[in-house]
Amino acid sequence: MTLLQSLSVGAPEVVLAAGICVLLLVGAFRGDRALEGLSWASVLLLALAAVPLFDQAPGRLAAWNGLYVADAFSRHLKLLVFLGSAAAILVAVPYLRRLATARFEYPLLVLLATLGMAIMVSAQNLLSLYVGLELMSLSAYVLAAFHRDESRSSEAGLKYFALGALASGLMLYGASLVYGFAGSTSFADIAKAFVAGEVRNLGALFGLVFLLAALAFKVSAVPFHMWTPDVYEGAPTPVVAFFATAPKVAAMGLMLRLLYEAFGGMKADWQQIVLVMSIASMLLGSVAAIAQTSMKRLLAYSAIANIGFALIGLAAGTAAGVEAVLLYLLVYLVMTLGAFVALLMLVDADGRQLEDLADLAGLARTRPGIASALAIFMFSLAGIPPMFGFMPKLAVFSAAVEAGLWPLAVLGVLASVVAAYYYLRVVKIMFIDPPAGVVVLPGEQGVNPAVVGAAAAFSSPLGYLLLGPLAAWGAEAARALA
Amino acid sequence: MLEALVFLPLLGFLAAGIGNRAIGDFAAKLVTTGFLFVSALLAWVIFFRQWGGEGAYTVTLAEWFTSGTLSVSWALHVDMLVAVMLVVITTVSALVHLYSWAYMADDPSQPRFFAYLSLFTFAMLMLVTADSIVQMFFGWEGVGLASYLLIGFWYRKPSAWNAAIKAFVVNRVGDFGFSLGIFGLFLVFGTLDIGAILAAVPAHKGTTFDFLGSEVDALTTIAILLFIGAMGKSAQLGLHTWLPDAMEGPTPVSALIHAATMVTAGVFLVCRMSPLFEAAPAALALVTFVGAATALFAATVATTQHDIKRVIAYSTCSQLGYMFFAAGVGAYGAAMFHLFTHAFFKALLFLGAGSVIHAMHHEQDMRFYGGLRRHIPLTFAAMTIGTLAITGVFYTAGYYSKDGVLFAAYARSTEPALVAFSVGLFAAFLTSFYSWRLVFLTFFGEPRWAGSPHIAHAHAHDAHAEAGHGAHGHGADPTAGYHPHESPPSMLVPLVLLSAGALFAGLLFHQAFIGAGEAFWAGSLVHDPAFYAKLHEVPALVHWAPAIAMGLGLLLALRQYVLKPGAAEDFVRTLPTLHRFLYRKWYFDELYDWLFVRPAKRIGRLLWTGGDQGLIDRLGPDGLAGLVGAGAAVARRFQSGYLYFYAMMMLVGLAAAMTWLALKG
Repeated sequence: MTLLQSLSVGAPEVVLAAGICVLLLVGAFRGDRALEGLSWASVLLLALAAVPLFDQAPGRLAAWNGLYVADAFSRHLKLLVFLGSAAAILVAVPYLRRLATARFEYPLLVLLATLGMAIMVSAQNLLSLYVGLELMSLSAYVLAAFHRDESRSSEAGLKYFALGALASGLMLYGASLVYGFAGSTSFADIAKAFVAGEVRNLGALFGLVFLLAALAFKVSAVPFHMWTPDVYEGAPTPVVAFFATAPKVAAMGLMLRLLYEAFGGMKADWQQIVLVMSIASMLLGSVAAIAQTSMKRLLAYSAIANIGFALIGLAAGTAAGVEAVLLYLLVYLVMTLGAFVALLMLVDADGRQLEDLADLAGLARTRPGIASALAIFMFSLAGIPPMFGFMPKLAVFSAAVEAGLWPLAVLGVLASVVAAYYYLRVVKIMFIDPPAGVVVLPGEQGVNPAVVGAAAAFSSPLGYLLLGPLAAWGAEAARALA
Repeated sequence: MLEALVFLPLLGFLAAGIGNRAIGDFAAKLVTTGFLFVSALLAWVIFFRQWGGEGAYTVTLAEWFTSGTLSVSWALHVDMLVAVMLVVITTVSALVHLYSWAYMADDPSQPRFFAYLSLFTFAMLMLVTADSIVQMFFGWEGVGLASYLLIGFWYRKPSAWNAAIKAFVVNRVGDFGFSLGIFGLFLVFGTLDIGAILAAVPAHKGTTFDFLGSEVDALTTIAILLFIGAMGKSAQLGLHTWLPDAMEGPTPVSALIHAATMVTAGVFLVCRMSPLFEAAPAALALVTFVGAATALFAATVATTQHDIKRVIAYSTCSQLGYMFFAAGVGAYGAAMFHLFTHAFFKALLFLGAGSVIHAMHHEQDMRFYGGLRRHIPLTFAAMTIGTLAITGVFYTAGYYSKDGVLFAAYARSTEPALVAFSVGLFAAFLTSFYSWRLVFLTFFGEPRWAGSPHIAHAHAHDAHAEAGHGAHGHGADPTAGYHPHESPPSMLVPLVLLSAGALFAGLLFHQAFIGAGEAFWAGSLVHDPAFYAKLHEVPALVHWAPAIAMGLGLLLALRQYVLKPGAAEDFVRTLPTLHRFLYRKWYFDELYDWLFVRPAKRIGRLLWTGGDQGLIDRLGPDGLAGLVGAGAAVARRFQSGYLYFYAMMMLVGLAAAMTWLALKG
């Protein structure tokens, strides 16, 4: 396997890495003026990096001595990640400009995180996994504290960093335990070392738990979720929109790959941990959101609950479950992104970002378009038919039922009922309560209305039109994994 | 033609109901009344065609539903029996529509009233023309709905909506029986088409089914269940309590629905299903007994009531009893004949009473009437004709039909029939007494208007208007200075036409309805010419008995209320317990209140506070919501914001997972 081959197999990451260096130089020379240009250039770069994804030969293509693999699964997730990152870059521009924090680093940090995520979903080795994860995380810490003059933002960055460092430590400890008992960090070798049915290896099991804990931290599954509400509330809204989407997708993808490819033999063990995390996340996410007054915190708990739902598919441990998770991630990414961007567009007369639930009162009368879009997102997130958000929920529940985990599905349905309360409360506040304050639209909106509109259309029943291709695509990706 | 007849009232209802205030009072009245008169004309045409021997036919309109082997279509069926009902319904309805022009003239929501009247007529026509028992049930419920709406027409009056609810609920009991009967019919016959059912009756005679371990005759059960439905609609003893209260509705409604048409639906049902009832002798005996009991019960109560409309309501109840025992003894033709004539004279009596009430400024208590014959002579004449007819004076409508019923009971000479005959004879005496009592109290004697709050109220208005008139010693004047006026022509024309019906309907039609010929009914109900021939061969004593009973009743009423005023009060003083028992309507309302209403309310309250609020709400919605809310508060407190706490939680989670896996291994 030559370097050239590796370069061609890993073309998306290579393009991305090279591009980031160039854009970094441009930014360094041109300064913050270059923000808008850099943003568009970043999106272009992401598009460029995505080209090889469509071009590659089907099947598994290994590279860099087995550290890296390109398969349908990684291609699927990379596309989602690129899409989420591109959106996160573009929607932030008006916001950053308005708050005079229009630093050119923003798109570059997102790009770096994206590069990390791309490596994550293609990782075939605990080391490449770690490199990808850290690249993403370090960029994310900086992004969380992007408003460094603002205490809330820096607090969020610090908390995220401290807890993230702990998670990284757990991950490394787990990796070393696994290496110690398996004699290798390669997924394939680990899988060979821990075959189902053999004597349980408690050391390896502990290693697996540590690894799982670190990944659970990234996807903010209970009880490793504690950072989520605080960081979501403190970090700048476009950053949160980014956090809530692409990294979640990448971390879930990584979790799927690690658990299936490296620890497939210990399925019976990790299934139970995932099961407990899933239930705890659904219930806590659904219940705790009810007491929230901030829209961002509410969406943070919504993210926790949704990860819980997605984990149902993982806990099912079947191909149908994996497919369901992939569909869930896709739809969740669009709905959440749309919700955050809609939130991003709400500004009061002083230019203050409206983030409290109370601020949304009567929005239907002052900003009917945004209110309608938000209503669609809320209904869809609640999983109420005929919104498209119903479909992935149905998929994970039926995967769980098929796997014989019907109590899990029942709990999931109950949690959705509870969650429906706070989603619908948002709708009620917007549509029934009298208007609270004046909502103005910032002069320049950039692509935001288009993003919201497209996301709303996707989340609405129109999304079912895409169900066929999306399902086929997800099925192909799931096949590559299992 | 048949379609037009049935659906014109529906069109009228839609026009007046949807147009309502938009098209105004006049247009609503014109369209509904106009359509009804066209319908009535068509009904007479159909009636005479049937009489001329056209034969039964069915017009299928559309398929209604098909489910498995059950298939029901919308279809209109006409035979002689139905034609008689069509004539009765449309004629009385048209006259009542006309009558209401003046009677309801001051009402603010006249389009609604006329819409309801037309809706009722449509539903009633659907009921009688039904080809299948399901369609009949549709009409059956439709008239129930219209009756409910019209009883509660003055919905601001609590007594009116109470009466409306009572009528609806009591009818529900009957309808439960009816629906069970329908299920039974489908179970036994496998079809709900009436013609097919009746044709298959002989084949299923003697079929039994197992109920709680005992063999029960299927046809008897079905017939009794259907009769329970009929009892509810026709206010027979036990399920009669709603009818007197239904008088809360406007008087034209009482005339149309609660005298002439809807309440006779039960009789029609029994006659329509007569082959089925013939195959179930036990059910027929029940019909006879219930009919006789009702005839007696209602007649006794009617002798004591003060409200003019309630007297007529109990009278209706009693006459319906006659119809039922006629059917019970197998004289379906006689039952239908009495139904036919009763429609004329009872509508006449009700509309006459309405005219009196109209003249007396909505005063309905006969104790405040008296001496009205000089003031409203035409109404007096009409009411007298109605009374002559109902008491069965020679050659009036009631003479032929009531005697026919009584003779039929005698001629059948089974035990239930003879009981019914003697009871009916006594009831005829009572009928004569209370009917003449009504006439004497209302039209004879001295005016007693001064005591009436309604008149006083009206006169207070007049006194204001005629301020310059000066005082003329009101205190001693029993008329309180009030001058009743005769009703306008649109109210008198129906009275005149119905008077003609009350006088001549019997004379003209008795040969056809209860004669010995088979041709008239043409198989539309069970008709045995030989049996009817026996009606003319009853002993002389029996033949004269109804007339004697009638005469005695008239004389008694004359003595008590005209010749010796105050005799009635003396009688009440002598037998206070009997009077109170009758005046309180045999304590049926009190009994039902104690037996059903209050326990039902108690159970309702128990289920509401204990079951629904205490158990379901507390453990269900409220409890879960509270739990979720508490959980949210706890989760919020956990989110303390302290980094060390977050880190600890992560480690706790990790340790918990490891411990569990280790222990499990």
